[in-house]
Amino acid sequence: MNIIPLFIAIPLGFAFLIPMFSRKVRWLPDMLGNLATLSLVILSFYTIGRTGNYYMGGWRPPIGINLVLDGFSSLMLIMVSGVSFAATLFSVQYMEKYTSKLRYYSLFLLMVAGMNGVALTGDMFNLYVFLEIASIASYALVGFGCDHEELEASFKYLVLGSIASTFILFGIALIYGMTGSLNMAHVGQMIQQQGMGPTLLFAMVMFLMGFGLKAALVPFHAWLPDAHPSAPAPISAMLSGVLIKVLGVYAMMRIFFNVIGVDEKLSWVFIGAGVISMVVGGLLALGQWDYKRLLAYSSISQMGYVILAIGVGGMAMARGGAGANSVAALALLGGLFHLINHATFKSLMFLTSGSVVYGTNTRDLKKMGGLFYKMPITGLCAMVGSLSIAGLPPFNGFWSKLIIILACVKAGFYGIALVAVAVSVITLAYYLKLQKYAFFGEVGEGLKDVKESPSLMCLSMGILAVLCVGLSLLLLPGPRAVLLDPAVEAVLQGTDYITVVLGR
Amino acid sequence: MIYLLTFVLFSIGLYGVVTKKNTVKIVISLVIMEYAVNLFLVLLGYRKGGIAPIMEKGQEIQEFAAATVDPLPQALVLTAIVIGLGVLALMVSLCIRLYEKYGTFDISEMKRLKG
Amino acid sequence: MKGMTLIVKTVTRWVKGFIFLFGLYIILFGHLTPGGGFAGGVILACSYILLTLAYSKEVAHRSLSRAVASELDSVGALIFLSIALLGIYFGGGFFVNFIHRLSPGEPFRFLSAGIIPLCNVAIGIKVGSSLFMIFVILSAMRVIVRKSDNGREIIDNRRKHPR
Repeated sequence: MNIIPLFIAIPLGFAFLIPMFSRKVRWLPDMLGNLATLSLVILSFYTIGRTGNYYMGGWRPPIGINLVLDGFSSLMLIMVSGVSFAATLFSVQYMEKYTSKLRYYSLFLLMVAGMNGVALTGDMFNLYVFLEIASIASYALVGFGCDHEELEASFKYLVLGSIASTFILFGIALIYGMTGSLNMAHVGQMIQQQGMGPTLLFAMVMFLMGFGLKAALVPFHAWLPDAHPSAPAPISAMLSGVLIKVLGVYAMMRIFFNVIGVDEKLSWVFIGAGVISMVVGGLLALGQWDYKRLLAYSSISQMGYVILAIGVGGMAMARGGAGANSVAALALLGGLFHLINHATFKSLMFLTSGSVVYGTNTRDLKKMGGLFYKMPITGLCAMVGSLSIAGLPPFNGFWSKLIIILACVKAGFYGIALVAVAVSVITLAYYLKLQKYAFFGEVGEGLKDVKESPSLMCLSMGILAVLCVGLSLLLLPGPRAVLLDPAVEAVLQGTDYITVVLGR
Repeated sequence: MIYLLTFVLFSIGLYGVVTKKNTVKIVISLVIMEYAVNLFLVLLGYRKGGIAPIMEKGQEIQEFAAATVDPLPQALVLTAIVIGLGVLALMVSLCIRLYEKYGTFDISEMKRLKG
Repeated sequence: MKGMTLIVKTVTRWVKGFIFLFGLYIILFGHLTPGGGFAGGVILACSYILLTLAYSKEVAHRSLSRAVASELDSVGALIFLSIALLGIYFGGGFFVNFIHRLSPGEPFRFLSAGIIPLCNVAIGIKVGSSLFMIFVILSAMRVIVRKSDNGREIIDNRRKHPR
C-alpha cells in the first residue's frame, strides 16, 4: 500500500477524532495527540530514499491532483514530524495551565496536516489550500491564551498572513491565466515553452512577496517577533522551527527552482534578502530583554543564512560554467542542512523558554539569574542549543554555517562570506547574553524555590538536545547519501522536475 | 482591459489595510482584496456568450465543451470563498475579543507589544 | 417577551421546515444541479440561525445544542475522510470513486455519481453545524455597552469570558 496520502489523512483524522471522543476523558487528548505525531515520525522514516508520484482519485495530471514525494519533501516530512512529536510530548504537562487541551491538539494536528500537505503536493492550488489550512490553525494557536498581548499579536499575524495568502493566490491566478494549468510540472513545461513575459514576471513578484511574508524575510518580518513569542511555548517551537520553513522557504524553493527556474536576477534578490535578514535580525536580537523575543529575532537572522545559501546555489546554477554544479550543490547542501539544524535547535530553545516560563512565570531576562543551579536539565539543554546556534565546533550549527561560508567563498562572494562570519559572532554574543542573564550569576529575587520542570518536558528537550549533537553525523558520507544528497539533487535538478513528474 | 479593474479593486483593498486604523475597516479591506482575486479568477474563465458549465440531457459533449465557460476557476473560487469564510470568522472574533480587552477598535491604542 | 414580534415568529414557524428541506434538496442533488455540500450546508445553518433570531438561543438549542453541533462538526469531517480512505481499500487510491467504478450508473439519474453524493452529505453536515457554531459563538461574545450617568458609553467588563 502506498503511504503517501497517510501523511495528510492521519493528522486530519486525529484532529477530528480528538474533539469527538475525549470530552469526558481527561488523558485521552494527550494520548491521541502523541500517538498521531509518533506514527507520523515512524512513517516519515519509511519515506527515506523513496520517490513516488501519487494520483489523487486515480486522475492523472494535468487533470487530477498529484502528490509528489522526492528527496526534498521527504526531508521536510521528517523535520515536521520530528519537531511536532517533541512539541506534543512537551505540551502534555505544559498545556495543563491552559483551559482547552482538546481544541489545542485539534488545531495542532490541523497545522501538521497542512504542512505535510504543502510538502507533498504537486498542484499549485492545492498548495494554496494546504498553506491556508496550516496558517489558519497557526493564527488561532497564536491567540490561544486570549490575553491582551496574544490577541494583539494574533491579529497582526492574521492581517499580514492573509495579505500574503492573497498575494500567493493572485500569483497562482496569473499563472493559470498564462498557462491554463495548475499542475506544477505541467505549468513548468508551459513556461519553458512560452519563455519569460511580463505576466510571469508579475506572478513572480507576487510569489516573492507572499512567500517572503510567510518566511519573514526582512522587509516583511514585522509580524514574527510579536507572533512567535506570544504563542504557547510548544507552538512557538512549531512556528519558528518548521512553519516558516515549510510555508515560506520550501514552497518558495519548489516554485522558483522546480517550476519557474532560477536566473541571475532572482538569485540576487535571494542573496540580498538573505544578507539583510541575517544582519538586521542579528542586530535587533542583541537589544532584546525578553527571552522568547530574542529567540524570535534570532530566527529571522538564521533564516537569512538559509536564503543566502539558496541564493548562492541558484546563482551558481544560473551562471553555469566549469564546476558550477559542485558549487551549487555545496551551497544548497549547506542551506538545507542549516534548515533542519535550525529546526532542531530553535525548537529546542523555544521549549527551554517554555520550561523557564513554567518554572519562573516570567520572560524577562533581567528578572532571571542562576537558573542553571535550580533547573540543571533545562540549563544544560539551553546551553547545547545556544552553542549550536552560535556555531561552535562539535555541534551541528557549526558544520552547516561552515558549508555555507565555504560555498560563498567558492562562488566568489568574499564580502558576503565575511558578513556571514560577522553575523555568526553577533549570534554568539546574544546567546552568551542569554546564558549569562538567565542561567548563570546570582539567583534572582523570588526564584529561590524554582523547581526543575516535570519529566516529560525534560524528556522532549533531551531528545532535541541529543539531536543537536547527533545531526552532525549527517555529514558523514553514508548518512549524507541517504538523507541530504537526494534532497539537494531534487532542488538541483531544477526544471527537470517536470520530466520526473510527468514521466516523459 | 477589464482585468485592470480587478487590479484597481485589489489596490483599493491593499490601501485600506495599510492606512486604516480601525480593526473592522482593516477586516473589510482584506475581504475586498480577497474578492478582487476571486473576481479575477472568474474572469479568467469567462468566455463571451458562454453557457454555465452544467450539462443537460440530450446535449452532445463536443458541442457542450465548445460553448461552456471554463469551469475550473469557478471551482477554485468556491474553494477560495470557503477559506475566506474561515479567515473572516476568525478575524471578526478576534476583533470582538480585542474590543473586549481594550474597549476600542483603534489599533493605534493597542500597543502592549513593541520592538 | 423574548425574541422578535409575533409576526416574525409565526412566519418563522411556517417557513423553517421548508428552508431545512430546501437545504437537504440542494445537498442531495448537488451532483446533478447547481449546489452541493457547501451551499446546502449554509442553507441548513440558515434555518437554525433564523430560529435563533426569531425566538431565542434557548429555543434553537433545544433542537440543536452546542455540544451536538460540535460533535456533528467532527462527524462530518470524519465521514468525508473515511470515504477517502475507503477509496484506498476498494479502489486502490485516495479519493478513488470506488462505487462508480464498481457500478457506474446511468448519467442524469439520482444514483449515478458514486461517492460524490456521499461526500456532499458529509460536507453538508460539516458546513451546516460549523456555520451554526460560528454564529452562536460570535453572538455569545457580544460586549455589553451601557450608557453611564453622564451619557458616555462605557463597556461593561464584568462579563469577561462568556464561555
